[in-house]
Amino acid sequence: MKRFAQLFTELDQTTKTGEKVSALVRYFEEAHPDDQLWAVALLSHRRPKRTVSTALLAQWAAEQARIPIWLFEESYHVVGDLAETLALVLPSPTHSADQSLRDWIDFIRALEPLAIEEKKIRVQDAWMMLAGTERFLFNKLITGAFRVGVSQQLVVKALAHHFQLEPSYLAHRLMGHWSPDTTTLEQLVQTDDTHADRSKPYPFYLAYPLEQDPASLGDPADWQAERKWDGIRGQVIVRHRQLFVWSRGEELVTDKYPEYRVLIDLLPDGTVLDGEILPFKDEKPLGFQSLQQRIGRKNVTPKIRSEVPVVFMAYDVLEHEGVDWRARALWERRERLEKLCGIASSVLHLSPLVPFASWAVLAEERLRSRTFLSEGIMLKRKNSGYRDGRKRGDWWKWKIDPFTVDAVMVYAVRGHGRRANLYTDYTFAVWHQGQLLPFTKAYSGLTDDEIAEVDRWIKNHTVEKFGPVRSVKPELVFEIAFDGIQKSTRHKSGIALRFPRIHRWRKDKPAAEADVLETLNRLLEEK
Amino acid sequence: MFLDPWKPVKRALITHGHSDHAHAGHERYLCTDVAAPVIRHRLNLTDQVQTVAYGERLQINQVIFSFHPAGHIPGSAQVRVEHQGQVWVFTGDYKLEHDGLSTPFEPLRCHTLITESTFGLPVYQWQTQSDIFADINRWWRSNRSQGKTSVLAAYALGKAQRILVNVDHSLGPVWVHGAIDTVQRVLAAQGLRLPHTRLVTAQSTRTDWEGGLILCPPSALGSPWIKKFQPYSLAIASGWMSLRGTRRRRGADRGFALSDHADWCQLNEAVRASGASRVFVTHGYTEVFARWLQERGVEAYEARTQFDVEAET
Ligand SMILES: [Zn+2]
Ligand SMILES: [Zn+2]
Repeated sequence: MKRFAQLFTELDQTTKTGEKVSALVRYFEEAHPDDQLWAVALLSHRRPKRTVSTALLAQWAAEQARIPIWLFEESYHVVGDLAETLALVLPSPTHSADQSLRDWIDFIRALEPLAIEEKKIRVQDAWMMLAGTERFLFNKLITGAFRVGVSQQLVVKALAHHFQLEPSYLAHRLMGHWSPDTTTLEQLVQTDDTHADRSKPYPFYLAYPLEQDPASLGDPADWQAERKWDGIRGQVIVRHRQLFVWSRGEELVTDKYPEYRVLIDLLPDGTVLDGEILPFKDEKPLGFQSLQQRIGRKNVTPKIRSEVPVVFMAYDVLEHEGVDWRARALWERRERLEKLCGIASSVLHLSPLVPFASWAVLAEERLRSRTFLSEGIMLKRKNSGYRDGRKRGDWWKWKIDPFTVDAVMVYAVRGHGRRANLYTDYTFAVWHQGQLLPFTKAYSGLTDDEIAEVDRWIKNHTVEKFGPVRSVKPELVFEIAFDGIQKSTRHKSGIALRFPRIHRWRKDKPAAEADVLETLNRLLEEK
Repeated sequence: MFLDPWKPVKRALITHGHSDHAHAGHERYLCTDVAAPVIRHRLNLTDQVQTVAYGERLQINQVIFSFHPAGHIPGSAQVRVEHQGQVWVFTGDYKLEHDGLSTPFEPLRCHTLITESTFGLPVYQWQTQSDIFADINRWWRSNRSQGKTSVLAAYALGKAQRILVNVDHSLGPVWVHGAIDTVQRVLAAQGLRLPHTRLVTAQSTRTDWEGGLILCPPSALGSPWIKKFQPYSLAIASGWMSLRGTRRRRGADRGFALSDHADWCQLNEAVRASGASRVFVTHGYTEVFARWLQERGVEAYEARTQFDVEAET
């Protein structure tokens, strides 16, 4: 466990991807193979099943620390992380242990059939053997909440370096169903060329935000415009009568979207399409939030499928008849794409073009984005090839400006985790019939310095405290940006905002000059 | 007669020179002789400051005042007040562990104790000073071997000098930011002996501090000043660093939970050792710590302070 704790600390202490990868590479060179396999499993989100409830753990730790449970809970609120709170309140260990990561996972799994009293004795004993990061990690494992700030891509990169293998091949090997109980690390990464090649995606080409005047792009006739859809970028691959669906970030998500199975029959062998995995119902997109609900589910049940069905909104063809088409011009690929998507299907949609004769016309179209439930306009140069990564010049995203409203801060709540000691979550109000009516919460958007300043202000201008919430003097005005607005019966204000965030602190504006509810209601009507 | 007041008063008793305790604008100041130079310097005072030695008794009307070591920073004091046989002790900021720099905390018996509670939660339990300095030295050594400069942020008054006297000077030279240098000049002038440091100036260059340790105040974090040390590893020394969330939020590479305040165990120990039957809790987790004491049979109250700022100074 010590070596794994060291890896965790190293990953935790740096934000530089290069340093993360070298920490992983060193780990794979030094750790015991049994542990390595479990480390890979944990880093690719395979956790041991939870065998003790968190409520019991809190109770046992409080008992061992000789503190009442309310004090444990107060502490938890400040720390914002259960595993960390458990680790910190407990007294120092009385003896030391040399168990490996694997041993501790076996230990946790062996608890399952035991009676509660027996579990308690073992867990409390384990706590007295572990200190610092090891104790914290043990708690993360036993609470089933192990996470570390390293993406799958970096794990793949490090393993690829360690085993001298292709990253995209390894990415694929780590997906799907495997368990550390039934395989070894060697077996897991063992070469199986034909299979790997079959599933291999192309790197995605990404667009830059358009900040300049579109007229600077030259002749409108050189450009193709589409709506910018708000789903997840994806690649659909049909090769050897097999379907693979990749999402951006090299994640194989074929099993998550069973709707796409029909694509095997719709698309000829040797086809790779770039597009958007888009939640879509009753002939219109559902919005990203509903897709997030679906992604959050472990199992794709028929219920969630009928609530949030997805289509594939095709943007481009990257491979046709087994040949890489990326170097061909966009207009040529588009012609081919239109043919491939010509078959009527409820799942495969062709991303429609937005015709425009001048930039002024396109600017008008952009303003209509919200009626299409899209985020703006995509601009692609007609004679460009499909490049990789984020290379400037051929693809631009021209997003719509968010809505904004000036609102008064009325409540504040302490943050969790990263911001355990600061008031970071605020509730805002607008004027309605001479009173301030709370209508939304909003997070982020402020710099760390501003957060600290607001925090100090809150602590000195508290009107009342109720538990973790403080009501504050209604003085500070913030500009709140949001992407959409809906009627809501759950809120007293009658409205709900989509993705509200703090745009800026209006130090120049007194509370009396904040917006009124009618302004928001008008936005609702405009829709 | 007021203790660490922030609104202007006629006569202020000041426990130590940290800015949340020593405010400007009072008519007269009373503090220990060791704390006085910094307080004079920071608040621009001259003869308004009256000083006493630790333990010296001062009678004003029927009340006897005395200042006793709090172990927080050099010159920091608890204030003992005795009136008609009743003893009150106001701890100010304090810690029980000896830091090798400040006069160690003196336990005082009293009827009523007013204690701070900056770290009044059971999640705050400090490692021993020697363990923390072993970590700091290890970090410095590892940076040195990677060709990085070690930049350590710590409060200019107290924390920086505590680091200075405890860190392993065989590892390399120690350089300081101007704000720390200023404090240390005042301390040196009053006769406090500190290990040798060098001041980072506009003229100093990379080769000067190669392999060295740079001490700077937390306010230097994120300023352009710090960029000149590239490549560097940045660490912060503060009790708040014991929480992972705070460590990450501050954007430092490392956080060392080195505090000049009492941790959970020390707060409880201080309350117990005072023998006080009544306790007022200020500065920090007042509500929680008071309730905890009440449940343990101590008559405890949350004392209202004008500021509820969670700064560790
Ligand atoms: Zn202080
Ligand atoms: Zn203080």
